[in-house]
Amino acid sequence: MNPPSETGSPSPNPAESPRYRTAGYDSDAQLLEVSLGPQHPSTHGVFRMNVALDGEDVVKLKPVFGYLHRNHEQIAEQVSYLGSMPYTDRLDYFCSLSNNWAYAAAVEKLAGIDVPERAEYIRVITSELTRLVNHTSFLGFMLSDMGAWGTVLMYAFREREKILDLFESLTGSRMMGNYMRFGGCRCDLPPGWLEQARKVVDGYPAFLDEMESLIATNEIVISRTQRIGRLPADKAVNGSMTGPCLRASGVNYDIRKVDRYGIYDRFEFRVPLGDHGDCYDRLMIRFLEMRETLKILRPALRDIPEGPVMDPKARQRNLRPPEGEAYARVEAPKGELGFYLISDASDKPYRYRVRPPSLINLTLLEDLCLGEKIADVMVILGTIDIVLGEVDR
Amino acid sequence: MAVDEGLKSELSKQGVFVTNLRELHNWGHKNSLWPLQFGLACCAIEMISATMARYDLARFGAEIFRPSPRQADLLIVAGTVTKKMAPQVVRLYNQMADPKYVISMGACAISGGPFKEGYNVLKGIDRYIPVDVSIPGCPPRPEALLHALMNLQEKIQADQLGPEDQAETAECPVPEFGEHDLEPSKNPGVWHPPQIRRGE
Amino acid sequence: MNALSTESIAARVREAVPEAEVELIPNKGPSGQDSLLIGAAKAVEIAAFLRDDPELRFDYASNVTGVDWPERVVKERVTATEEVDGETKEGKKVVETKIPGFLEAVYHLYSMERKHGPLVVRLRTGDRENNVTLPSLTPVYRGAEFQEREVYDLYGIRFDGHPDLRRLLMWENFADYPMRKDYTPPDDYEYEPTPHDAVLEKAKRHQADDGCGKGDPA
Repeated sequence: MNPPSETGSPSPNPAESPRYRTAGYDSDAQLLEVSLGPQHPSTHGVFRMNVALDGEDVVKLKPVFGYLHRNHEQIAEQVSYLGSMPYTDRLDYFCSLSNNWAYAAAVEKLAGIDVPERAEYIRVITSELTRLVNHTSFLGFMLSDMGAWGTVLMYAFREREKILDLFESLTGSRMMGNYMRFGGCRCDLPPGWLEQARKVVDGYPAFLDEMESLIATNEIVISRTQRIGRLPADKAVNGSMTGPCLRASGVNYDIRKVDRYGIYDRFEFRVPLGDHGDCYDRLMIRFLEMRETLKILRPALRDIPEGPVMDPKARQRNLRPPEGEAYARVEAPKGELGFYLISDASDKPYRYRVRPPSLINLTLLEDLCLGEKIADVMVILGTIDIVLGEVDR
Repeated sequence: MAVDEGLKSELSKQGVFVTNLRELHNWGHKNSLWPLQFGLACCAIEMISATMARYDLARFGAEIFRPSPRQADLLIVAGTVTKKMAPQVVRLYNQMADPKYVISMGACAISGGPFKEGYNVLKGIDRYIPVDVSIPGCPPRPEALLHALMNLQEKIQADQLGPEDQAETAECPVPEFGEHDLEPSKNPGVWHPPQIRRGE
Repeated sequence: MNALSTESIAARVREAVPEAEVELIPNKGPSGQDSLLIGAAKAVEIAAFLRDDPELRFDYASNVTGVDWPERVVKERVTATEEVDGETKEGKKVVETKIPGFLEAVYHLYSMERKHGPLVVRLRTGDRENNVTLPSLTPVYRGAEFQEREVYDLYGIRFDGHPDLRRLLMWENFADYPMRKDYTPPDDYEYEPTPHDAVLEKAKRHQADDGCGKGDPA
């Protein structure tokens, strides 16, 4: 499984990194220090990196966080359990419905609440649609970072709008669903929703083919992503990389398969893996994942049973889970999204913690960028796929 | 010499277009706004949506998002302004070309919105820089941004081109990081809290 | 996961790492995720053992976080037998125990190789003011680097052996630890256009203090 490590053991000190030496860095040379961000067109928001350059080669890169630190965890400890649900939408604002699911799952674990079957199906359908939204937008932003400007983004947002229409008719909002509840979902599907969703899902392969024909064999894309920012598997595991970035390095770890939460054991899908762990693998694995997502969506939309969407016994307002703690996680589009809650039997969580995949995936950003050119930093950052709402919370 | 509106409309029916320098200037100005490509949080995604295929902000003459503040004259504050980010926003505003306008998009930029109680959240960007148009919503829909842009265009159309309109905007002081909070916590030259009437 | 109970892991750790302080903390809630409280002195060795042992292989530190426990009094109702006037009576009594405050770092470990987890590992500081140093597990789990920085930033736990311990989210010269339970945010509630109850209270307090924006004081 593990290809031989090219860059050796993880080393926080760039001077000890073999990569750093192969970059031919002369210790007498003058370093140029650049602050990239927080206002930068390609940092996906207010992310900042302090980079030291030897010519064009990166010799040091320190990310600076906190420009969107809006105290989600502190606020959540001051409001009721249900009161935090709309805040979870605003963590990773591309994927609000899978955030909802992760939080609902944590509270359900904490309080011992069951979920009816139809609600489980709706959860799978909405969060897989969210995965399509996220990966599609990712392709647009990634190519935009690489210099394709708005062209790819236009295609991506055209498809995204179609799925947002589905979300809007279901939840009432384009982006911020606030849809799931402890023990189910807030409301049932509106009439005709399933047909509409089927239409979107059936149209998706054509869009993916179109996109892939634009990107996969594009000369510029290949020369700017292949062999750039390689991440060996052992390092990825030790650095807690999760999601598509981890699987691009060849580690078979998908929480939908490992934990089999919800009803994911009922669907047949494969986990795409990369060979080289470079930027190209991280880019292409999103295409493969979207195709697998469609394999989940089609049977889910076909087999969804009738029935209630809420556990009638589950309390929403004034929920007081018994004393204890719980950690629940889901495979969000960007990686492992977990919620860790401690209850002291009151109506507010004593401790509320979000495990943000975007922040933790950035741990290895410096290792990926060392020895690469400054222009590749944006490509590498783009392939990690971060959202600042989740990085800083 | 002012031309009477009725006469103007009558003339335009005959194919004669009457205008004056002020109107011509404002007409050109309002339809060629260059916004700064600057997103803060969730609202930025809706701002991008507004420029993309379905909503197409370009129809209103504001499509060229500039990455550099020196080339921009419209700042769309799209998202939560944190205290750590506030000095940077003020700096960006100071660096923009005159005459410049600010749209504060979304509940967070207006007042802190849902995150108001956070220790690191600025309770409204109007504490540091003057705001022309505010858009409520969390996040506002792209149509709301289009509406805000049209409101701003009306405002520009009414520009008198007098000496006070031509004057350079004074630089807003950039707040500094203190041990507990930003210092100063507001710019009194810009921010005038509305009067609160209690006990009614 | 269920093949490996938390208790058996604790036993294996005690066996493998001499002088390791390991205590099982049961979880009363329905989730049943028990945790291991380990002593700070041998924490790095224990973590390395958990990571490298071929059967456990907890090679992936998923979640690292801090918890603040201020000094608190726990009231417990216990049944006690008392002798009153020669008769034995069964009565309920409330016993109060005072628990001194401490800070806690919680690690959730999983195994990517063997696909089990989570194992919840806790470390506790001596108190909340002076004795707040814990060993950093970043040398063992690289993925803990930013999360330990975040815990330092928000809770003020100092991690010994961390390669780059700086504030992560707040600015450098920020003085407070804002996620602690006794933190008071700066008072800037001059004007509240759409207040909900808690914010309105804060605004009223502010306006009572300095009279800013008081308008009509009727």
